[in-house]
Amino acid sequence: MTAIQSRQLIANRDAYGQALVDLGGRIPELVVLDADLSKSTKTSEFAKAYPERFFDMGIAEQNLIGTAAGLALAGKIPCASTFAVFATGRAFDQIRNTIAYPGLNVKIVATHAGITVGEDGGSHQAIEDIALMRVLPGMTVIVPADAIETEKAVAAAVAMRGPVYIRLGRTAVPVLFGEDHQFQIGKAVVLRDGADAVVFATGVMVAEALQAAITLAERGVNVAVVNVHTVKPLDVELIVELARRTGAVVTAEEHSIYGGLGSAVAEVLGEHYPAPLVRLGVRDRFGESGSPAQLMEALGLTAPHIIKAVERVRLRAGR
Amino acid sequence: MAAGGCNHLQLSDSWRASTKSVRNAGMLLSEVLIQGGNILPEAQDELIKGLRQRARQIRCDLVRMLAAAGSGHSGGSLSAVEVVTALYWQVLRIRPEDPSWPDRDRFVLSKGHAAPVLYAALAERGYFPVEELLTLRKLGSRLQGHPDVRKLPGVEASTGSLGQGLSVGLGMALAGRLDRRPYRVYVLLGDGECEEGQVWEAAMAAAHYRTGNLTVIIDNNGLQIDGPVTSVLSPLPLPEKWRAFGWAVTEVDGHDLPALLQAFDWSVGITGQPTAIVAHTVKGKGVSFMENQVDWHGKAPSADQATCALTELQQGGENR
Ligand SMILES: Cc1ncc(C[n+]2csc(CCOP(=O)(O)OP(=O)(O)O)c2C)c(N)n1
Ligand SMILES: [Mg+2]
Repeated sequence: MTAIQSRQLIANRDAYGQALVDLGGRIPELVVLDADLSKSTKTSEFAKAYPERFFDMGIAEQNLIGTAAGLALAGKIPCASTFAVFATGRAFDQIRNTIAYPGLNVKIVATHAGITVGEDGGSHQAIEDIALMRVLPGMTVIVPADAIETEKAVAAAVAMRGPVYIRLGRTAVPVLFGEDHQFQIGKAVVLRDGADAVVFATGVMVAEALQAAITLAERGVNVAVVNVHTVKPLDVELIVELARRTGAVVTAEEHSIYGGLGSAVAEVLGEHYPAPLVRLGVRDRFGESGSPAQLMEALGLTAPHIIKAVERVRLRAGR
Repeated sequence: MAAGGCNHLQLSDSWRASTKSVRNAGMLLSEVLIQGGNILPEAQDELIKGLRQRARQIRCDLVRMLAAAGSGHSGGSLSAVEVVTALYWQVLRIRPEDPSWPDRDRFVLSKGHAAPVLYAALAERGYFPVEELLTLRKLGSRLQGHPDVRKLPGVEASTGSLGQGLSVGLGMALAGRLDRRPYRVYVLLGDGECEEGQVWEAAMAAAHYRTGNLTVIIDNNGLQIDGPVTSVLSPLPLPEKWRAFGWAVTEVDGHDLPALLQAFDWSVGITGQPTAIVAHTVKGKGVSFMENQVDWHGKAPSADQATCALTELQQGGENR
């Protein structure tokens, strides 16, 4: 694995826009809805290619979700997009009662999730969206790590029946995978093996975890890195297996430590294989303005923070 | 259990015959009444008589199923009886034997707490056995407290969280247009429900997208849970609001079947614009001790009360 920083940078939302255009040509049932943020979410690409299948619902997120539900009930495959904070927060009841409860085939693809929103500040930085979506029965929750995975995730979500939440960020992130990247909903991927500890990471934290593992390997500590792109349904088997193999677990997510990947892994460990665990994430606070890099540093979500977390959890594991 | 006009098995055969031909031909009232420029008064009388009988039957079903359930929403179910009767026996092009027929008209009960009136209409229309109405709200029943699209054939959307059904109807209307299907979408809203912001998001969007295949009916019974809509939080004036949002609007006595049929007829004639029918109704209509009573919003009749109600409904005769 070469140094992560030297890789090409692409924003996952750009990959989403491209994926929609590709899928739109093949899947006539695909329709796309936005709430006056199509230039930011990149659904504008689909709007340009297939104007008759694109609906701008204006600044009205509740109606965005409800209209998507109606389209799904009439046989369409709607992708509804806006910022994560509005999609999951403003329209939570609409998602719960009108999409998840009847199990409708709607894909909610939210962008600008997490603190890497940056300068817009805490009002726009969703740090609880995974938690909100994860508790809904039957909802699939996917957090792609790079542009390639985003494309594959969107295609897989459209191909499956049922509600899906896909979480994308604003900023350009390193491309980690090649076109041959295998993506299967619900199947976490061991990107790097190691017996000394395991880092379960999701979204932008996958790149940070890989970077941390490279540095740790140079110091003789071999850390496994697992890309948990699907937070729900969670790959319980793989999590238990790696916890057993390493005996020291770290989770890393650009999300609150409450309700997200860290919580989900803690639930699995608590039930199946109690093991020392350190959760890296946003610790009961909101975000704030700053550059994405500054915020990741300030809130403790970089490779060096993962290294410290690995050291801490290994100490607790008696190594 | 009940006598006379309240037993669905005793429906007049002449009415059945007369409405069947009308319905199966998919004709609208205007087409029935005006043939070769001549109004056929006997046909109209017969049709309306049959619909009234049907409405009374549904009211009796409601009383029985609510009493059997021991809970549920009486007032807002009773106020919508004529609207639902007109829709299911005259307006909607549906095939109860083929509930997912792609070209069927859709009816979305946005005020999902009135589920009993929808269930009674669906059962009487043949979507499922009438006896099943008595399983309302019981464990394992397909007749959930609020409509569940996954459980019961004929239900078009899961509703219950108020304010959302119009958005769903809008999505269906947009899909129908994309697919060039001829179906129309009807959404029933409560007047209190119109206090929900999402209703107006959807109203704005429907007018923007010129969904001429979408019709809203507002069950304007003047009451919500905490009291009259005018004292809780007035959504009035409703016709002016809908008009201002770009809808074609008409007002009608929501218990006057000929007037309702005319309003639905009118709505079909409007193209390029969604239509709203403000139906002025009485909450609890048909059961005197429930009429206009706030307390009967979310209450079911006891066995004794049900007997009283059924007696009254049966004595109501032809004059509703
Ligand atoms: C979002 C939401 N808030 C509150 C309720 C509880 N609720 C059920 S019925 C009702 C009053 C509805 O009044 P209206 O729309 O006028 O209906 P109707 O009078 O026809 O029964 C309320 C507040 C709900 N079901 N959904
Ligand atoms: Mg009311």
